[in-house]
Amino acid sequence: MAIQSPSLEISTGSVKATPASASRGYWQQVRRRLARDPITLICAAVLILIIASSIAAPLLGLADPYKTSMLRRLQPVFSPHYLLGTDELGRDMLSRLIYAGRLSLFMGVTPVVCALLIGGLLGITAGFVGGRTNMLIMRIMDVFYAFPSVLLAISLSGAMGAGASNTLLALTLVFIPPICRVSESVTTQVRGFDFVDAARASGAATLTIVRVHVLGNVLGPILVYATSLISVAIILAAGLSFLGLGVKPPEPEWGLMLNTLRQAIYVNPLLAALPGVMIFITSICFNLMSDGLRAAMDVKG
Amino acid sequence: MDTLLPVHDRGGPAQPLLLASGLRKHFPVPGGLLGRSGKVVRAVDDLSLSIAKGETLGVVGESGCGKSTVARLLVRLIRPDRGTVVLDGDPVDEPHGITVNELRRQVQMVFQDSFASLNPRLTIIETLAFAPKAHGVSTAEARQRSRDLLAKVGLEPGTFADRYPHELSGGQRQRVNIARALALQPRLVILDEAVSALDKSVEAQVLNMLVDLKTELGLTYLFISHDLNVVQYLSDRVLVMYLGKIVEIGAVDAIYGNPRHPYTRALLSALPSMDPRKRTKEAPIQGDPPNPIDPPSGCRFRTRCPFAEDVCARAEPALTDTGAQAVACHMSVPGSGHSKAA
Amino acid sequence: MLLYTLRRLIYLVPVAFGVSLLVFALVHLAPGDAISAIVPPDAPQEVVEKIRQYYGFDKPLPVQYFRWLAVTLSGDFGTSIGTGRPVAEEVGSAFGNTIILAISATLLAFSLAVVLGTAAAYAKSRIVDRLVTLVALAGVSVPNFWLAIVLVIVFSVELGWLPPMGLGPENATGWRLDGPHLAHMVLPTIALAMIPLGVVTRTVRSTIKEILGMEFVAALRAKGMNDRRILLHVLKNAAPTCLAVMGLQAGNLIGGSILIETVFAWPGTGFLLNSAIFRRDLPILQGTTLVLSFFFMMLNLTVDIIQTTVDPRIKRG
Repeated sequence: MAIQSPSLEISTGSVKATPASASRGYWQQVRRRLARDPITLICAAVLILIIASSIAAPLLGLADPYKTSMLRRLQPVFSPHYLLGTDELGRDMLSRLIYAGRLSLFMGVTPVVCALLIGGLLGITAGFVGGRTNMLIMRIMDVFYAFPSVLLAISLSGAMGAGASNTLLALTLVFIPPICRVSESVTTQVRGFDFVDAARASGAATLTIVRVHVLGNVLGPILVYATSLISVAIILAAGLSFLGLGVKPPEPEWGLMLNTLRQAIYVNPLLAALPGVMIFITSICFNLMSDGLRAAMDVKG
Repeated sequence: MDTLLPVHDRGGPAQPLLLASGLRKHFPVPGGLLGRSGKVVRAVDDLSLSIAKGETLGVVGESGCGKSTVARLLVRLIRPDRGTVVLDGDPVDEPHGITVNELRRQVQMVFQDSFASLNPRLTIIETLAFAPKAHGVSTAEARQRSRDLLAKVGLEPGTFADRYPHELSGGQRQRVNIARALALQPRLVILDEAVSALDKSVEAQVLNMLVDLKTELGLTYLFISHDLNVVQYLSDRVLVMYLGKIVEIGAVDAIYGNPRHPYTRALLSALPSMDPRKRTKEAPIQGDPPNPIDPPSGCRFRTRCPFAEDVCARAEPALTDTGAQAVACHMSVPGSGHSKAA
Repeated sequence: MLLYTLRRLIYLVPVAFGVSLLVFALVHLAPGDAISAIVPPDAPQEVVEKIRQYYGFDKPLPVQYFRWLAVTLSGDFGTSIGTGRPVAEEVGSAFGNTIILAISATLLAFSLAVVLGTAAAYAKSRIVDRLVTLVALAGVSVPNFWLAIVLVIVFSVELGWLPPMGLGPENATGWRLDGPHLAHMVLPTIALAMIPLGVVTRTVRSTIKEILGMEFVAALRAKGMNDRRILLHVLKNAAPTCLAVMGLQAGNLIGGSILIETVFAWPGTGFLLNSAIFRRDLPILQGTTLVLSFFFMMLNLTVDIIQTTVDPRIKRG
């Protein structure tokens, strides 16, 4: 037991550490990676264009999206006054497509945000507390999981009746279980790490431990998952409107427009397909951004 | 202002700092029809130990013998099914004793270094400041303390305070782990395989640092490891565990110089000796590694013991004092019925 | 294995109860009285009361639930308000039609996905990989009901190659395996297969890429094993994850079929559900939802069991 202890002082010269300016937190690294990814940037630009134009629609000098004209129904694309033609009731397509962005995007993003709040809370609680609470919450989620999401959305919507608010409610309910499940899984994993045990052993309050140690490590994956759901939500909302369950006419909404324009496919097929193109582009962009986010967050320590 | 008041010695040097009696922890095994198979992993069974103030008690044993479970039971990260823990005369988690939170002020744990031992999203100083802040210390004060702690464990605060764990080497991370354990000024530090993941040269530095810290801060250590050499270097007394039970306990020289339990002897004989005259005389351990779900009846070691007899299957040997150490083996208990018993 | 299956089946019971509760509640979610779906609004009060009693709507909710449950479990799903025929009959025949579509879409999507995904993972040229990734991305992002419309526009309206709707030629009822019927199936199948194709292709590609990077593959190559046999090994290892995703997608096909059937007027459960919603034919709505969700649950269970058999490392629930 008489071994001489070597000097404890580590001279900074021998320490193999990176210079302090290169030290970066996790979220800064994620931001940097995102900014360097061309695909993500392009998608972000496209989405900003779509979102901004739909929000600023009244300021863009567009035609009135509700003004019908029985004379000028189903004018083709590149007609003299109508850049994208007119729909089956003579309304300006370009205008309606841009205005429709408001409802379509709103109906897609809002349920995901609400489901993120509710499902995330439930899942993190279930994951951290464990035991009976976990079992109770997850079993209830299992009941909803027994339905394919489209079926659940349609059944709920169908039962509650058509209308935007019912659709929002139905979609939120559809997305809570998957978000809850992912949150629970990630939280359970983080809960098992030693640093959480160390935090518990320090005598801190449970909420403090969750806030400081768990949330920072859990929100990332949950957010990635939630963003991947946005495109699904937009398509689902459009699908419900397509079936007549969502937004009611004469409101412009991409899915609803696809429905009402169906009769036009023999007369002016390109017109009938246009609203779907918007959904398609928006969906691709959200999916690519979600992929980009996942790749950026996969930072090796 | 320092709002974390140091906890004072209460019982004097003769009172054990920590006294654990009859600790038991069984984990249910999943499976079976309703998700419960009825089987349990008997991780820790009726275990009692005492730690004297200022000593280093080493704990050795194979993987799966329950060492880590004991550590977590003592810090109350896991609740025992049965048994009591008394800290310097105060029972823990009982009506007239101290609360678990008060226990945690005085008993802290150093974890094995792994990527999961430090929160990757927090800087070093944030990790170190967490515990004091949770106990009411102001942020500025907590950060200053953390810098002092870093200096104490040999990490230059200016360089390391704002780093992230992934920017540190294994040895540096382990120093941070130790600093974290010291943040609340504990009296007892439990080190669970604290140096096992380190390169040998780094391990030596950290061990020596631990020795110096112990003297400087007046700490008591419970040192858990599977590395017999390290335990010998560090400990005053040594405790040998097997399948959730203590099989031998005594002063380090007694255990290493004159091991009496067959398991201890086999463990030590597996160590190659530097002395060419010392050849391995003892029989190596036979049989398969134990299954803590279904331990053997009677003495748990009997399936691998070269000296096992009928009495070993019938009765479980109690930990008996034999002078320099206490042994749980029928061979050391006079009149036990074993042919080799004195 | 048997034990695991039994355990999963037992866990299914409370979930099944929950599902039945939810389906039962659907009726009562509807705004206004459930009665109003059956009775014209200007009916005299005594008639309304009589009908209320006949259907048991005057009893407290839990009693109604158990009565409904008992009746349903005995096989009587009620009578369709729209057509007056037993719900079980309607749902049964519709279900058959949906299955035909689902199976063909599944076969198309999965076989193509495996081929494409494997090709992309192995591809030396980045162009092939990029192309496949693009196709997969499109598959995942496309609204399948819109794709259906586009397919109809291209192949029925413009080119006239394939029929735009229906099960078979000219008011055909029931399905036969012959030319015209197959022609009617082509477009719906493609539309339905798109999303599973996208998802599974991505999964196959990423799983195989991951496996190709593993050490044991390098070891096999070093031993001199030829590429074809290595491929077999790789596929075997990729199977569990890919099967899991395929299982999930097969379930989602049920949902997707609702929209596709509407576009093509294909007389399956989706189409039935749709029309039931608009006629407010609640017994059909309940019956269809019940049947579809139970089928989905059984499908998930089967996929889980197959997956556990193939890869014993996975233990669920």
